[in-house]
Amino acid sequence: MIELDPILLARVQFASNITFHILFPTLSIGLGWVLLFFKLRFRRTGEALWMDAYQFWVKVFALTFALGVVSGITMSFQFGTNWPGFMNTVGNVAGPLLAYEVLTAFFLEATMLGIMLFGRGKVSERVHTLATFLVAAGTTASAFWILALNSWMHTPAGFVMIDGKAHVTDWLAVIFNPSFPYRMSHMLLASGLTVSFLVAGLSAYRWLRGDRAGSVAAALRTGLFTAAALIPVQILVGDLHGLNTLQYQPAKLAAMEGIWETQKGVDAVLFAIPDAKAQTNHYEIAIPKLASFYLTHDWNGEVKGLKEFGDKAPPVAPVFFAFRIMVGVGLLMLAVSWFATWRIRRVAQMYSAPVWLYQALVGMTFSGWLALIAGWYVTEVGRQPWLVSGVLTTAQAASSVPAPHIALSLAMYLSLYCLLLAAYVSVLFYLARKAASGEGEDSNAKVTSKIGVAHA
Amino acid sequence: MLDTSIDLSTPAGWLPLVFSLVMALAMLAYVILDGYDLGVGALLLKTDQNSERDAMIASIGPFWDANETWLVLGVGVLLVAFPLAHGIILGALYLPVALMLAGLTLRGVAFDFRVKAKAHHRPLWDSAFRFGSAAASWSQGYMLGQLISGFRSEAIGIAFSALIGVCLMGAYRLLGATWLIMKCEGELQLKAVKWAKASLLMTALGVLAISVASPLVSARIFDKWFSFPYLLLLFPIPLATVVLFGVIWRSLTRLPTRLASGNQYGAGVPFVSTVGIFLLAFYGLAYSLFPWLVVDRMTIWQGTSSIEALWVIFIGTVIVLPVIVGYTIYAYRVFWGKSTALSY
Repeated sequence: MIELDPILLARVQFASNITFHILFPTLSIGLGWVLLFFKLRFRRTGEALWMDAYQFWVKVFALTFALGVVSGITMSFQFGTNWPGFMNTVGNVAGPLLAYEVLTAFFLEATMLGIMLFGRGKVSERVHTLATFLVAAGTTASAFWILALNSWMHTPAGFVMIDGKAHVTDWLAVIFNPSFPYRMSHMLLASGLTVSFLVAGLSAYRWLRGDRAGSVAAALRTGLFTAAALIPVQILVGDLHGLNTLQYQPAKLAAMEGIWETQKGVDAVLFAIPDAKAQTNHYEIAIPKLASFYLTHDWNGEVKGLKEFGDKAPPVAPVFFAFRIMVGVGLLMLAVSWFATWRIRRVAQMYSAPVWLYQALVGMTFSGWLALIAGWYVTEVGRQPWLVSGVLTTAQAASSVPAPHIALSLAMYLSLYCLLLAAYVSVLFYLARKAASGEGEDSNAKVTSKIGVAHA
Repeated sequence: MLDTSIDLSTPAGWLPLVFSLVMALAMLAYVILDGYDLGVGALLLKTDQNSERDAMIASIGPFWDANETWLVLGVGVLLVAFPLAHGIILGALYLPVALMLAGLTLRGVAFDFRVKAKAHHRPLWDSAFRFGSAAASWSQGYMLGQLISGFRSEAIGIAFSALIGVCLMGAYRLLGATWLIMKCEGELQLKAVKWAKASLLMTALGVLAISVASPLVSARIFDKWFSFPYLLLLFPIPLATVVLFGVIWRSLTRLPTRLASGNQYGAGVPFVSTVGIFLLAFYGLAYSLFPWLVVDRMTIWQGTSSIEALWVIFIGTVIVLPVIVGYTIYAYRVFWGKSTALSY
């Protein structure tokens, strides 16, 4: 029988859970604000199409939110079961941050969601709009706390180590640690982009199926224009985040760029197959000196290579390729969103735009997810072998749960997640088809008559 | 009974006490709040009419999300305030926890999928909702059994825990059925009365099994209950429990006639009494276990994290928890009375 490595299993299990989980909060953060936008447009203009758009997307939101909640509950157990050493070493930092997330965000969003989904007609329109706002604010507050903790794990600050435990000396320094502002903006923009392409893509799908409802055009253009506006900002913020990484986590940056030797005038590697054993790149395609220029703003600036960090360097290939996938998708987003925006900048142009333009948008529906996952793999794998940079390694934090237990539960989680992901994507397109054929509108926006009496 | 070395006038003495209280109350809130919606889930397939299933789901729709958040708070406090106990308890319960999480995941999403997926997939999602709810209920009961028996892995401990799992399923069904009696009308309400009656036995068995087993497991717990003057002071707890069971039985027997004549008076009695039984059982359990996080192995003071982290969380809790309770009550008031069809 093959010997199972409990640390590897624990990592795979945690990674698969958190990968599955992150898909949904990323959507609900952005979608919450999009829904608020629809609601406010409706309140201002009184045009029914904005409320139609709200009605359709709130269904997607509810489903997304539910998936985020249930996968999040799993996370709250696994922090402790898979990584007991994490809380034992940095519990003084992580504990309060997690507690504040639960207290200030989870209850708010979960409770207000009930009113947002089911409260129309029971509360005033003003209160309903307020509930919609509070749900969006709750999801964003949640991101604030969890990203503060995650950033701290990358660039810890504001603490001292006494007897192997972290003790906080300055909470503001802990929360606003060096990488936090970059990570927070990068993540919120990622959420906005993921949602923009989802909204534009699913609306384009409805458009292709002949759905010419005003709400479809409105949602498509809202998504598209938001994407076109956010993507250049994201590229800029991503670049700043990279410079921050160069300063605080040079090993991760070297892996992203595929740089082995510390040198001046470093080439920008466009493509290569990194070989960790031989500590070199194969089939490298590079532009001379460009990396030094964009990293140090000097054509001959020095950049540290992977060899510098010995066994404290991350595994190169996953970081290197994930980074290229993220950047590649980002550039594709830029091209598609700018071209489509220019092509259908006026509503009338939507009717004359070629079919392939809409097909391209449908193809990009979940592009945000791809870039998101790739980006998180860059940053999380790039931090290895550390769990908390310079403080605690992943191996030190691992648990003593028997490997077969982890393997069994991992198999269960994985099959569940594959099933749910397939169901989620197919139901989203099914909802779009149902709405396009006109049956969705009335069958779901039903009556508030008392139930049970009807069939007495 | 308290360790004399604990000085409750110092933060190191009272902060763990406060957080064990917060954790206990969060767990209590979770068991009652998610208990009724898990129970409704477990009852879903008892009717094959889609309209009745919709009505059952509608009665818990606005609440289930927030209900589950209490579990996150309870486990969150265990994680951040008692990390050592978190490791021992959840490490020992690794597989039942995984089963519970899978169950909660399945039911949480089935709830949404069932109305959004294709019509012919609906029975599938209904089953997922029902069996997810049942799996979560059973594994929670199993964990409770393990907690009481001090995480013994011998056959007797496992059999006892499995029994408590089945009993808790019954108790959640009772909560769910009595919730439906309160929130629904018509035929469904009458069916719920029958379901509630059928769940009473398992609930009573569960309360009995825990009451008998916990003193047997630990001599210390035995002494806490069966020594003077505690015996006299504590006697009202089992007595009140028996009385509440009687009240529920009487109410369930009388309700069908009254409801049939359109009189809703007393429709809330079975639910409120069931909550009463949960409160008493919880109090009894807390009295038995305190101050142990892991029976006879680790007290709340031994399992606590550093006092400085607790201080930071304490300040936030004092400010935010009343606000949470406030808007939770507001949300329940918005959806007060008989539930209406889900309309979004």
